[in-house]
Amino acid sequence: MGKGYKTIAFYPQRCDGCQKCVEACSEFHAGSTDPVHSRIKVVEAGGAFGLALCRQCGEPQCVMNCPAGALEKDTESGVIKWDRDRCVNCHICTLACPYAGITYNVVSEEVMKCDFCEGDPACVKACPLGALELKRGAEIFNEWAELEDLVVPGISACLGCNSELVLRHTLRRVGSNVVVATPPGCMAGVGTVGVNGKTGVKAPVFHPLLTNTAAMLAGAKRYYKRIGRDVTMIAFGGDGGTADVGFQSLSGAAERGEQMIYICVDNEGYMNTGVQRSSTTPYGAWTSTTPVGTVLRGKSRDAKPMPLLMVMHNCEYVATASTAFMEDYYRKLEKAIEAARRGMAYIHVFSPCPTGWRFPPSKLIEVGRKAVQTNIVPLWEYENRVGRIRFTHPVENPLPVAEYLSLIGKFRHLDEEQIAHIQAQTQRKIEVLKKFTSEETTTTLHHAA
Amino acid sequence: MFHSKYLIVGASHAGLSALDAIRLIEPEGEVTLLCAESTPPYSPTILPYVVSGEVRAEEVFLRRSDRFERMGVRFEAGARVVSVQAGDHSVELESGEKWEYEKLLLATGAAPSIPRIEGLEGVSYHVLRTLEDAEKLRAAMSGAKEAIVLGAGLIGMHAAENMLKAGLKVRVVEALDQVLPAYFDPRGADLIERAFLEQGIEILTGERVEGVAQSGGRVELSLSSGKTLSGDLLLVSTGVKPRTEYLKGSGVEVEEGVVVDDRMRAGGVEDVWAAGDVAQARGFFGDSKRVNATVLSAVEQGRIAGMDMVGDSALQPYGGGMAVNTYTFFKHRAFSVGMGKVSESEDDFEVDQVYLPSSFCYQKLVFSGGYLVGASGINTELDPGVLYQLIRRKVNLEEEKGVFSAKPLEMGRVLMSQVWR
Repeated sequence: MGKGYKTIAFYPQRCDGCQKCVEACSEFHAGSTDPVHSRIKVVEAGGAFGLALCRQCGEPQCVMNCPAGALEKDTESGVIKWDRDRCVNCHICTLACPYAGITYNVVSEEVMKCDFCEGDPACVKACPLGALELKRGAEIFNEWAELEDLVVPGISACLGCNSELVLRHTLRRVGSNVVVATPPGCMAGVGTVGVNGKTGVKAPVFHPLLTNTAAMLAGAKRYYKRIGRDVTMIAFGGDGGTADVGFQSLSGAAERGEQMIYICVDNEGYMNTGVQRSSTTPYGAWTSTTPVGTVLRGKSRDAKPMPLLMVMHNCEYVATASTAFMEDYYRKLEKAIEAARRGMAYIHVFSPCPTGWRFPPSKLIEVGRKAVQTNIVPLWEYENRVGRIRFTHPVENPLPVAEYLSLIGKFRHLDEEQIAHIQAQTQRKIEVLKKFTSEETTTTLHHAA
Repeated sequence: MFHSKYLIVGASHAGLSALDAIRLIEPEGEVTLLCAESTPPYSPTILPYVVSGEVRAEEVFLRRSDRFERMGVRFEAGARVVSVQAGDHSVELESGEKWEYEKLLLATGAAPSIPRIEGLEGVSYHVLRTLEDAEKLRAAMSGAKEAIVLGAGLIGMHAAENMLKAGLKVRVVEALDQVLPAYFDPRGADLIERAFLEQGIEILTGERVEGVAQSGGRVELSLSSGKTLSGDLLLVSTGVKPRTEYLKGSGVEVEEGVVVDDRMRAGGVEDVWAAGDVAQARGFFGDSKRVNATVLSAVEQGRIAGMDMVGDSALQPYGGGMAVNTYTFFKHRAFSVGMGKVSESEDDFEVDQVYLPSSFCYQKLVFSGGYLVGASGINTELDPGVLYQLIRRKVNLEEEKGVFSAKPLEMGRVLMSQVWR
């Protein structure tokens, strides 16, 4: 499998041209603040900033064009290394590099390029405005790539289906010592349970009724325990089968403390059967049962706060997640696996649906990211042992909800009033959640119920 | 009869670039690299530095055998192709071995082109195209005192500089009116010539060699002006021409080089590609096809050929070749991309020049219709790679032209950051 590497990201909108990054680089490499030694250059022209810095390319032109073999990509760190002994100073690299990533230093009389300062870039540390960030996200994929993908190729999900992403990554992390339950809905519909004796997942899987997923898993778990086998129960239920018709069995299992991981794949509607509204469909959304016309303008009721309801059941673990924040989701899965040994672990995964919500599949991750950045989908977790909610990705300055709503076709018809309602409701939701971040309040609220 | 799904003839920049492109998409298919020489792959561009002793012959190799092993690629050294039977999908080696292929890449490069000069055949002279040539030249230099270099192109000029560093007296003879006629305009060439003169190298431009004779250990050259030159070492570096003799009778379309389309497919036959110095491909400016004998062209063409051979859907057809090179000499640095030779503003071209001969600086930007079409610099603060991309990508500079001309380094970096992060 391929490797993921760290990378330096530049945010020109945060930069003010102070050149501290340049000084830090020169200092680190040449012991002087003379900018001539800096491998990173931030310049301003025509009212905008330009960054000249080695991108440590995956298909490095400097390496391919060097006639002396003096440049090579280190496959461990991802950094393109320059070998002074082999270099003949021909400067072909400066011609081949489209990013001015390798340049000639007139004082040292050699070419120079970013070498990541032995893994801890000085420029990133020196920037007072956070315009340079060391991104480590890609390294996670090295870890995850080692985990076995338990979903077979050829399941018939729509192009850009987020739920398929959830299924694949969740099973990667949880592993094959499971019993998977997929009630009627998209997950079952694409073929997880399979046909003609062949399953779509490489683990035991079955098809409960839409109403009784949690009850069936509870029964299965009790049986396995009785025969002395430690197997994890895991459900992938859509919002319909979880918050609506499946809620009764889920609520019962949660209250009884049944041991399982329950993943609610919330695409805010009954998508598999033709995009009908559910109790998690948000206010204002178009669905086939909350149409848009002269009188009705999408769903008139706010969604019910499903994850919060699960907190009130004293579940061992409850969390919200978005596939646009995979590291966060993997961490939550790890906690869920552990919590499911003691009781119910419930994760509510925000799952945008390009087909049902009407937006291009290529925008999937952007939608997932904007939802979090606007606080429409706050990322938090609740551990019963800790007794309160914790935001796992606090958003200090949320973007206006319109930035999320404008990406999605099902919200295209919203008028000013409706958008204002959504904005107000989003703020209120955060205020309510904040109350649960205090242990005292959570206990009080639990006992009051 | 040997067999390989992908057969690459020639193991320098173009061949190696194609190899990587093939393996990116097809990790398992049989790939064989046939190299005429007996050494691991190297670049002809490194040879002047072998001549000067700056790098040792053992240190120039671009790939080692363990790399080919890891890639699951067969590397056959000392395997010179002497004929191609395109209809049968096979090639024949000098040894008599036959290789069958499904897809063939010709990356055989170019060989020195020897001018027709009376007496030259009977004289002992050097060329500089292979490692063997470099080692021979280096050995000859230790016993020589006065060298004559024929041709003031990049190879000749590099060799002259390195021979001077080895202690020889050097004279360069060039038929045209200036040095490096392919890359620099008269002003730029003048500055470069000055640097050589200051170092004690004599450069005779506008001089054709009418005849050459050998007497004892010395060569005598009669020039068109009537002058005669005498020396004990002669290097002929008057240009290179694509190696295509082995393609006689193969059906592969050959003019100056192997004629290829925008996917590097050779004309006249099926399943044959060509890339690098051997290929005659579309020019970036104008419609006619030309040989682009530079490292950058070889790497780019090799990549395209490899991608087309393996069916990589990310393939973008060749945008066309242009002059593109860097040249470092006596602590100076120069580069030229695109139409770097247009000297003054004329009908369709606008030229911005900054000429500071006292500081040995010369910078030139050539625009046409709001686009950058050429740039050259001697000891300038510019990013050659960024300028090359601005030309290739046809980035419209209409709006920013004023700022760009005033601050080409900064503006280039800003445009790069915005347009092709």
